[in-house]
Amino acid sequence: MVSAALLATISVGCLLAAAPLRRASWPVRGPHVGVIAWQALGLAWGISTIGALLAFGLAPYGEGVFGGLVSLADDALAHGFYLSALGDAPLGATRVAAIVAAFWLFAQLLFGLTTSFVHVLRTRRRHRDLLRLVARDDPDVPGARVLDHPAAAAYCLPGVLRSQIVISAGALQVLDRHELAAVLAHEHAHLRQRHDLVLLPFSSLKRAFPRLGVIETSYRAVALLIEMCADDQASRARSARELAMALLRFGTAGSAPVPAGALAAAAAESDQPDVVTRVSRLLNPVAELSRTATAAVLVSAVALMTTTLALWHLPM
Amino acid sequence: MNRLGDLERAVMDVLWERVEPLTVREVGRALAERDLAHTTVMTVLDRLAKKGVVVRTREGRAWRYRPAASRENYVSELMFDALGQTGDRDAALAAFVRSMNGTEAEALRRALAEIDQPRT
Repeated sequence: MVSAALLATISVGCLLAAAPLRRASWPVRGPHVGVIAWQALGLAWGISTIGALLAFGLAPYGEGVFGGLVSLADDALAHGFYLSALGDAPLGATRVAAIVAAFWLFAQLLFGLTTSFVHVLRTRRRHRDLLRLVARDDPDVPGARVLDHPAAAAYCLPGVLRSQIVISAGALQVLDRHELAAVLAHEHAHLRQRHDLVLLPFSSLKRAFPRLGVIETSYRAVALLIEMCADDQASRARSARELAMALLRFGTAGSAPVPAGALAAAAAESDQPDVVTRVSRLLNPVAELSRTATAAVLVSAVALMTTTLALWHLPM
Repeated sequence: MNRLGDLERAVMDVLWERVEPLTVREVGRALAERDLAHTTVMTVLDRLAKKGVVVRTREGRAWRYRPAASRENYVSELMFDALGQTGDRDAALAAFVRSMNGTEAEALRRALAEIDQPRT
């Protein structure tokens, strides 16, 4: 029961930590470390929640979660699926319900991840097929494919063997040569660091639990942080100012001026738009996260993971 | 670009250019300068039909092929994906920046004006 209580505490703690982590200013200074913090938090949440349910349900065996699962299987096979140890223990029905809930949650997470992955692969294949038919090569932008459309867009299509960077004719029109190079560097960074794979677990969580606000929050935070990672790479290769200008040009190309009412609504919102955060970060660079702070975050992430996993073994 | 991809593209260009649905032979004739075997053209059209970008209809003994949608339609579909307007496609592509609403664009426009000021 001790391990169940501790795991439940970790699970709730992870959920509560999401809001402060999103508001914290340090991830903006070290987006890579910030992404790791989110990953640790998400993973620990999943493992601790499932662990808490199992630890409570399997407590009568007194062998911890791992040992308890083995005993559960033995028990079920030996007694024709009549769980003697659980049935006779106090709160027997509740314990069985907790075990069922744990398996359900695990299946849900696995299912979400799989369907998300399949969906992403399918979308990409269709996108690639169409690109092959309608995009063209342009001598001015070697290594990228051009789509003849007046709106400004630049993106990358990650692939196992061959990834592609695509830019629209509208984007070519609003960007000068240096800004274009900065945008391409940004997209190359996404592809090189496989940011699509970083984002995938969070988007599949969102798919599995569409109504949980905390998951939406973490998804958005991670999405913004990986943009910042790519921004950092690009501004190292080119210049931060060129990249910021490119972002500004994208934002201001083609969109109509806003009526006054819309602006007033924006003033009421507490969060500033992600793209504004990125631009101001590029134009007013802040000191990078110190080594000590980076190490502190990484050590905490490792400690969180080891504690959670260790509690799966605790036979109490 | 591989040879097959290149051919698919050329065949689609022919189909988009002509108004009426074409037979395999007519597509081959339109691409006469490439000197393609009849079976090659058939394979390419078959692949395109499987991908759903070409629709075929029977006319007498021959199949006739036409594009499932216009080139502009496909370009729009790609841009739609790219600008993240289809909510559940988040992880499939990584856009430089998502399409912005009016408020975000206005915030940026103001920022741009501030930067440009000192230079003028």
